[in-house]
Amino acid sequence: MNHSITVYLIVAAVTIYLIRVLPMTLIRRDIKNPLIRSFLYYVPYVTLAVMTFPAILSSTGSTVSAWAGLLTGIVLAYVDGNLFRVAICSCIAVYLAELFWH
Amino acid sequence: MLGMVIKMNGKEQNRTWFLRGMKDGVPIALGYFAVAFALGIAAKKAGMSAAQAGAMSALMLASAGQYAAITVIASGGGYIQMAVTTLIVNLRYLLMSCALSQKVAPGMKMRHRFLMSYPVTDEIFGIAMSVEGRLNPFYNYGAAAVAAPGWTAGAFLGAAAGAILPQRVENALSVALYGMFLAIIIPASRKNKVVAGIVAVSMLCSFLFTRLPVLREISSGMQIILLTVVIAGAAAYFFPVREMEENGGDENES
Repeated sequence: MNHSITVYLIVAAVTIYLIRVLPMTLIRRDIKNPLIRSFLYYVPYVTLAVMTFPAILSSTGSTVSAWAGLLTGIVLAYVDGNLFRVAICSCIAVYLAELFWH
Repeated sequence: MLGMVIKMNGKEQNRTWFLRGMKDGVPIALGYFAVAFALGIAAKKAGMSAAQAGAMSALMLASAGQYAAITVIASGGGYIQMAVTTLIVNLRYLLMSCALSQKVAPGMKMRHRFLMSYPVTDEIFGIAMSVEGRLNPFYNYGAAAVAAPGWTAGAFLGAAAGAILPQRVENALSVALYGMFLAIIIPASRKNKVVAGIVAVSMLCSFLFTRLPVLREISSGMQIILLTVVIAGAAAYFFPVREMEENGGDENES
C-alpha cells in the first residue's frame, strides 16, 4: 500500500488538534470538585518536572555540560525566576562547559 | 490612578497580554528553533521535503509527537497507526487542556477556545499556567505568534539545509527549553513546600523510569502520562489545594 505524506500529515494534525480542543470546548465551567481542582493544579508541576529530569542530561553534547546547564538553571530560577534570563543563562553555561571541557 | 484603571478597557488589556505573551515566547522560540532543526533533519531522512517538514511543524506544534509521526512515516505504517500513535504520544495535552479550561474565565467565547487549543504545547502551557489569576487568551496568542514561527522555520531549515548551526550552538540551544521549565517549577517550589516535594518526587520517579527494567521499556510519552496521573492524583488526594493557593494568593479575576 502506498501512503501519501499529505494524508499522514492531515491524520496527525487532526488527531492532535482534537486532543487539545475537546477539553477546552467541552469543559466550559469551573469544576467545583476539590479533588479534581487539586489534581489539575498539580498537573503542570509534575509534567514539567518529569519532562525535565533526567531528559536534560542527554540533551547536550555531554553529561557534564548538561549538569552545568541544569544547576545554573536551578540556582538562577531560585533567586531570579525570570523565564528568559534562566533559559539564556542555562544555554551559556552549557556552551562554556563544552568549550572548556572538550 | 483610578482613571487609569477605568481607561484600561478590554482591548488594551488584550494588547498588553499579547505583548507579554510575545515577550515570554522569545525563549520558547529560541529553544524550539534548535529542537525543530533536529526534527527537520529527521523528517528529511524519512523522505519528507522541507515544505512538508515545515507544514508538519506548523500543523502539529509538538516535539515528541512529531518524532513519533516521523517514525510512522519512515516505517510506512498505516493511517490508523498514525492516528493511534499521535493520540498516545500526545495524550498529555488532553490533561493540559483540561487544566487550561479551568484557568480561563468560565464564560470565555468559543472562538477563543478553538484558537487557544492550537498552541497547547508543554512550554506555552507552562508559562500560561504560571500567570497569576485568570488567563487571558491573548497571552497564549502572543506566545504562539513568536514560538510557532520559530518552530516551523527550524524544521523547514533543518530539512532544507541540514547542519548549518555549529554543533556546540545547537547543544547549547537545546537546553533552553529545560531552563524554561525550571523557571516555572523552581519558583513555585520555593513558595509552596508541597509543590517542592512533588517536583522532587516527580524527578526521582522519572529517573527511575529510565533505569529500572520493564519500566524503561515504556515510551517516554506514556511515562509522562502515567507519572502525571499517579503523582498529581496522589498529591490531590493527600494535599488538597485551597482556593487561595491556586491563584498564588491573588484572587483577582483578570
